[in-house]
Amino acid sequence: MRNVLRGYTVELRLAVVLALICIILSFSAPQFATLSNATSLLNNSSVNLIWAVGLLVVLIAGGIDISFAVASSVVQYVAATLLLSIGGGNWLLGFLFCGTLGILLGLLNAWLIHGFRIISIVVTIATFNAFFGLLMYFSRGRNIYGLPDWWTARIFIFEYQNAQGVWSELTLAVGVMVACVVATWLLIQRSNIGRQLYAFGDNPEGARRAGVNIAVMQGVAFGWMGLMAGIAGLMQVNIVKEVVPNALYGRELEVLAAVVLGGARLGGGKGTILGCILGVMFVAITQNGLNLLGVSPFAFQMIIGAAILIAISTSNIDLSQILRRKEVRQ
Amino acid sequence: MTTAPAERFALRLHKVSKAFGGVQALNKVNFEVRAGEIHCLAGENGCGKSTLIKVVTGVHQPETAELIELFGEKVDRINPVQARQMGVSVIWQDLALFPHMSVAENIAFDSLVGLTPRAVRSRDMMARSKAVLESLGVQLDLAAPLQDLQIAQRQVVAIARALMNDAKLIFMDEPTASLTQSETDRLLDIVRKLSANGVAIVFVSHRLAEVLDIAERVTVVRDGNLVGVYPTAGMTQAHLGELMTGQLIETEVTARDRSDAPTVFAAENLTRHGEFTDVSFQIRAGEVLGLTGLIGAGRTELAHVMMGMRQADGGQMRLNGASYRPSNIRKAIAQGMAYVSEDRLSLGLLQKQPIADNTVISVLRKLTTATGLISERRKAEMVRHWIRELGVKIGSPDDPISTLSGGNQQKVVLAKWLATDPKLLILDSPTVGVDVGARAGIFRIVRALADQGLAILLISDEVTEVMFNADRILHMADGRLVAEYDPRTVTVPELEEHIYA
Repeated sequence: MRNVLRGYTVELRLAVVLALICIILSFSAPQFATLSNATSLLNNSSVNLIWAVGLLVVLIAGGIDISFAVASSVVQYVAATLLLSIGGGNWLLGFLFCGTLGILLGLLNAWLIHGFRIISIVVTIATFNAFFGLLMYFSRGRNIYGLPDWWTARIFIFEYQNAQGVWSELTLAVGVMVACVVATWLLIQRSNIGRQLYAFGDNPEGARRAGVNIAVMQGVAFGWMGLMAGIAGLMQVNIVKEVVPNALYGRELEVLAAVVLGGARLGGGKGTILGCILGVMFVAITQNGLNLLGVSPFAFQMIIGAAILIAISTSNIDLSQILRRKEVRQ
Repeated sequence: MTTAPAERFALRLHKVSKAFGGVQALNKVNFEVRAGEIHCLAGENGCGKSTLIKVVTGVHQPETAELIELFGEKVDRINPVQARQMGVSVIWQDLALFPHMSVAENIAFDSLVGLTPRAVRSRDMMARSKAVLESLGVQLDLAAPLQDLQIAQRQVVAIARALMNDAKLIFMDEPTASLTQSETDRLLDIVRKLSANGVAIVFVSHRLAEVLDIAERVTVVRDGNLVGVYPTAGMTQAHLGELMTGQLIETEVTARDRSDAPTVFAAENLTRHGEFTDVSFQIRAGEVLGLTGLIGAGRTELAHVMMGMRQADGGQMRLNGASYRPSNIRKAIAQGMAYVSEDRLSLGLLQKQPIADNTVISVLRKLTTATGLISERRKAEMVRHWIRELGVKIGSPDDPISTLSGGNQQKVVLAKWLATDPKLLILDSPTVGVDVGARAGIFRIVRALADQGLAILLISDEVTEVMFNADRILHMADGRLVAEYDPRTVTVPELEEHIYA
C-alpha cells in the first residue's frame, strides 16, 4: 500500500482536491450531482481526453506537442474532402482515413525533431503555424456542412430517462475515448515499447547506450499522438456535425494544462494514465462548476493557471524528505 | 608479455590503433584481461582509456587491430548489442540509469529493449532483480524509484544490471569517484565477490591507493601508447603516478611552521544544529590548513557557514581581528573570502560560457567603465593575466569552458576566485575528477599562493592530499574537530587509521 501511495503522490493529491471540489459543488449547485450532468461532462470531455492520452505519451518520451489540436482540424478537413469525393464512405473508412492522416502528421513532427535535431517545442510551434496557415489558405476559412449521414448521426451507447423525464446519455465519443485510454495504458504500462519510451524520456543518453532505437521511439510517441489527434478530430465532427477550420485552434493549451496538472513531467520519464484522466476531469469539472454557479467564464482560465502553479510548485516539496531532515536534526 | 597457454583470457587485444581526426587516440596498444581477474586500467584523462573501452564494447571501430578476442573467440567487428550478448558490460561513470523508473526496472531494463512488441512481465522482472541483488548480498527496495537511492546504491543497481546480462567482463569507469570511504569499501567487497565468481573486472580509477588495493595487475596507458603491464604487488603509488604521467610526482611533506604569522580567520565554538558543534580553529596568513574526515562529517557545511551561505546557530567568527558574520555570500566575498566548491561542474562553472567570461564573472564590477558597461579591453587583460599566472592550457579564451580538461577547469575556478583578491581561500575537495599530473600542478599553485601570504583552508577526504600539501591537519568527525596533526610528525597510515577507524 505504501508503495502504491508513493508511486502516485501527484495523482492522490489531485484526486483529493477533485473530490473536495465535487463535494462543494454538489452542495452549492444542485444541478451538479445529477446523472445527466455527469454524462454530459463525460461527453464534453471525451475529445480532450483522447488528445490528452496522446499528449501524455509524447511528454513521457521527453517531448512536447503544440500542433495536435490544429492537426485534428487538418485531418477533419482533408478526410471530409476525401470522403465526400468518394461518395461518403462509412465509419470504418472514417477511422482509417483520420487515423492514417493523423499518424502522418505526427510522423512529420517526429522526422523534423529527430532528423534535424531540433527540440520538439520549436518544431511543433512551427508545424502548428504551418498546419493552421495551410488549412485556412486552402479552406478559405469556410466550413463544410454537407457531411455524410453516418458521420453526423447521434449514436448513444447508454441512455436513461428518469422519473422527471430528463434524459442521460453517453455518446459514441465516450466509447471511443475509453478505447483510446485503454489502448494507451496498454502501450505505456504493459508493453516493452512503452517502457522504452519512459526510459528514453528519463535519460536519452542512457537509453541510447542500452540499445533503444531513438528514431523509432520519437516515431512511436508522435505517431501515437497523431493517431489520437486523428481520432479526436473524427469524433469532434460527430459531436458538432460540421467541419469548422478554426474550431480547435487554442484547445492545445487547455489539454496541455490538464496533462501537466495530472503529474506528467515536462522533460520526460514520468506520467500516468490515471493522472491524465484526473487532470482532464479537474479542468472539465472546474469549468462545469463555475458555469453552474454563474461565474464569469474568464475566471475559469485564471483558476486553471493558478491550479497549475500551485500543483507544480508544491510537487517539488517532498513531505517525507522534510520529515526525515527534521528527524536528523533532533 | 608472456602468457602461459593454459591461461584463459576474457579479453585479448593486440596492436589496436584508433585515430580521431589527426589525433592518435590509441597507437598499437595491447590489452589483456584474464578470466575472473581484477585488472586496473590506469592513465591520465585523455590518454586513451575510454577509447579503449569503447573499442571493446563496439562503440568505436578500430582502424587497425591485429587481434580482438573475447572469451577465446576471435571477433572481427563488434557492435554494442553483440558485445553485451557476449558478456561484456560497461558501467559508465554517469551510470546511464533511469531516475524515475523503479529499481527492478532499471536492473532488468535490457530485457525490454527491442522493437518487437511484447508484454512487460513485472513480476518476473522483480523476481530476477531480487535474485541478482541477493547474489551480491545487497537488499534494496525494488519498487522505489531509482532517484530515491543514494549514489552508492545506484552503483550497485548498475552492477546488478550488468549481471542480468550474464556479464563475464565488466568495465567500471571511475566507480568510486563520488563515494565515501565506507561505501567504497563495500563496493570493493562486491567487486572481489564478482571476481571470485569468475567475472573479470576492469577498473578505471584516479585513486591510486584504491587501484593498488583491489587490482591484481595494472595496465598503464599514456598518450595513446601502452606503457606496460605491471603486477600491483610491490608497486607504490608514487611509482604508478610516475608511470602514468611520465613525471616525478612529489610525495613529500611540504608543511612549514607558520605559528608566528598573523591570524587571518578564527572560529570560536561555531555551532550549527545537526551539522557541526563547538568548532574552534584559526588560520594564519600564508598557512594551508588541511581539514579532513569522512564525507558527512560536516566539513562542507562549515565552509558554507564561513561563506555566509548558511547561518551558524552559535559561536562566532573573526576575520582579520574584526567580528565577522556574513548574512549572504556576496558580503563574504566583499570581505575577502573565496570558496572553490566541491561540485565544480554544476556549481563552480558556467559550462557553456566562454573561458574568459567564467574567469571574470565574480569581478564584473571591477571591469566597468564610467558608462557602467564592461570594458572588453580590461576584461581581456585580466583573463590574459590569470591564464598566464596559473598556466591554464587553453585554445582561445572564447572557447566554452567545457572544452577544457578537469585540471584546467579547476584552474579557471581558482582564477575566478583569485581575481576577487581574497584574504582566505577555501578549497573544497579541489581535485575530484582531476588526474594525477594536473593535481600536482594545482597544488604547486596552492603552495605558491600561500607563500604570497594567502590563508588557505584545504578540505579533502583524501588523506594523502592533506598530508602532502597542508601545514597543519584538522580532523573532523560527526561535526566536531577531534584532533590536530602535524604532517611532519605523523605518517599516512597512522592518519588513515585515525580517520577511518
